[in-house]
Amino acid sequence: MEALLLQVLNGLDKGGAYALIALGLTLVFGTLGVVNFAHGALFMLGAFVAVSVQNVLTISKKVKDESITFFDAYKETPYLEIWWGDFGSLIIDFSVPIAILVAIPVMLLIGLAMERGLVRHFYKREHADQILVTFGLAIVLQEIVKANFGANPIPISAPDAVAGSVDIGSMFGLTGVVYPWWRILYLCFSLAVIAGVFAFLHMTTFGMVVRAGMHDRETVGLLGIDIQRRFTIVFGLAAVVAGLAGVMYTPILPPDYHMGMDFLVLSFVVVVVGGMGSLPGAVAAGFLLGILQSFFSMNEVKQYLPGIDQIIIYLVAVIILLVRPRGLMGKD
Amino acid sequence: MHQIITPSSRGKDLSILLIFIAVVLTAPLWGSLIGAGYPDLLQKFAIFGLFAIGYNLLFGLTGYLSFGHAAFLGVGSYVTVWSFKLLSMNVIPAVMFAVVFSGIFALVIGFLSLRRSGIYFSILTLAFAQMSYNLAYSVLTPITNGETGLRVLRDDPRVIDNALGVTLEGSPLGDLFGITLTGYAGFYFCAAMLILGFWLSLKIFRSPFGMKLVAIKSNQTRMEYTGFNPRPYLLSAFVISGMYAGLAGSLMAITDPLAGAERMQWTASGEVVLMTILGGLGTLFGPILGAATIKYFENIFSAINLQVLENTFAFMPEWLGGIMVTITRPFVGEGWHLTLGVLFMLIIIFMPGGLIEGFRRLSRLFGGKKAASETPAAESEGGVK
Repeated sequence: MEALLLQVLNGLDKGGAYALIALGLTLVFGTLGVVNFAHGALFMLGAFVAVSVQNVLTISKKVKDESITFFDAYKETPYLEIWWGDFGSLIIDFSVPIAILVAIPVMLLIGLAMERGLVRHFYKREHADQILVTFGLAIVLQEIVKANFGANPIPISAPDAVAGSVDIGSMFGLTGVVYPWWRILYLCFSLAVIAGVFAFLHMTTFGMVVRAGMHDRETVGLLGIDIQRRFTIVFGLAAVVAGLAGVMYTPILPPDYHMGMDFLVLSFVVVVVGGMGSLPGAVAAGFLLGILQSFFSMNEVKQYLPGIDQIIIYLVAVIILLVRPRGLMGKD
Repeated sequence: MHQIITPSSRGKDLSILLIFIAVVLTAPLWGSLIGAGYPDLLQKFAIFGLFAIGYNLLFGLTGYLSFGHAAFLGVGSYVTVWSFKLLSMNVIPAVMFAVVFSGIFALVIGFLSLRRSGIYFSILTLAFAQMSYNLAYSVLTPITNGETGLRVLRDDPRVIDNALGVTLEGSPLGDLFGITLTGYAGFYFCAAMLILGFWLSLKIFRSPFGMKLVAIKSNQTRMEYTGFNPRPYLLSAFVISGMYAGLAGSLMAITDPLAGAERMQWTASGEVVLMTILGGLGTLFGPILGAATIKYFENIFSAINLQVLENTFAFMPEWLGGIMVTITRPFVGEGWHLTLGVLFMLIIIFMPGGLIEGFRRLSRLFGGKKAASETPAAESEGGVK
């Protein structure tokens, strides 16, 4: 029971990341009809916004270490600590939450630039061309990151206050279910972002127009609405969602330049399982596949089906595509 | 939009083939002119050329974008190494088994994947390839030797070799009835396979079968109305291109008897897509050209380091040279993939027909009247536009 609960939790936070990326992919596909292979790269860029913020906050200078008296020792002290003392170290500690605030405008700009600069020229071309050009863009983006940040994973730490673990089992009268705070936060965060996106689409006039445009682009255009401009903003929004997923994931997985590619394949699988173009489908499939994956990584299951944890997601995708090609919630 | 290939006269195809053979066999000569005159690189041209030719038969002719062909490459490599381990160091059984097994593997995956088309087909092949890759890394370790990679050992059984009393001398390398396939021997073996593969691809391009594949690409519904079921043709194309990939994988393992799972990763499938597109999708020569171009520049660009750059720009004033070095530095050496990505994007955006289309445009630009008479010829040589 305890082990099962732990696996469900494990699956939920991984599922949260899948759901966020798949949500963005689906938004772009549903509005612009573009299959964006560079979406994983946006996730990766988000993670590297967090890295950059941490780097900027910890710009240091050499200061003489007073505690060592018998020779001249120097240590690196960040300027923030020199200027503001404890408050400075607090800011450094909170680099990931600060990175979230930074990532929103940055990712929005990147998304808008991508749509205006490249993707818009590919609306009329075949899906294969869209896949290929965005695949090329993904390579370029990850190589740029590699050139600037190196090839090794860069560890990022969560704020001290939430760096520990919590005995979540005690709330339900179970023992031994201890879980890292940050992963619980990640789950809540992804749920909040998903809720935000849905609220935006369903409760604002802008969102209503976008939904109408997804449904029947031509008619909305005939009503005199510049639907293209709104879709461009939706692309930016999708980039922000992917970027935020990346920022928040950094304390869980130290980012490196090819993390985007790893997540991209999985999120495409999530999108087709959920049903191409269906937003609730993408979210549901993200969590579902996350939970399935961690459930099948349990030793009890692996005993009977060796290696199943490695392929379960793909296996589910293959079965769904063959049996129900429109996906779980796709419309016919 | 798509021109149907007109079956040209036999004589012309023969001359294309003869020219191709001549170019391939003299590769060490012209290779040395451009700094590629050593067997390691020439082998890569041939192996990846084969891989791309086969891939082109599927994606170029039918338009089905597969992201899983690296899996067949991997199967070919593993089967070859196992043949070395269990049977003989002779490459003939190794190549045959590799082609057969990758063909069977492609049959299974193709049968399932081809139930869907478009993006769904791509995702299915991607899913199968990732499954193979993940399994090769984890539970299939007894067969694939996991992360370390499968290699030929001195004390492997090698049933046939032992029965014939052939003992292994020196390091284990593939041989062809006593000829050890290293250096130029290795290259000429790969070259022979490349010529064979090219000849087969030429035959397919000119055959009614090839025409049906093009029909699938241009209008599948219309093809069905004319009374053809596209599925068997698609599946055949898929299996054939899988066998090409298996052959390429086998040659990789022959020239370097080691098979690793990373060959099966989906980004490796991406590489063959890049090659095919860069050269010219759906053309006869394009894929080989693309493969050779990518491997050639990979070799050149990866070797350039800061020192070389500084020497190159030494003739400029110091400040300008400094700027040039800063600009070009990320694109060379380790950053070769950046160059590749940028090049690939430019090709897709401005020249979807690849290098072959580029040549055609150039000849049209400079040839004027002369080109007008040449263009149809170029097109029938190049096959589909």
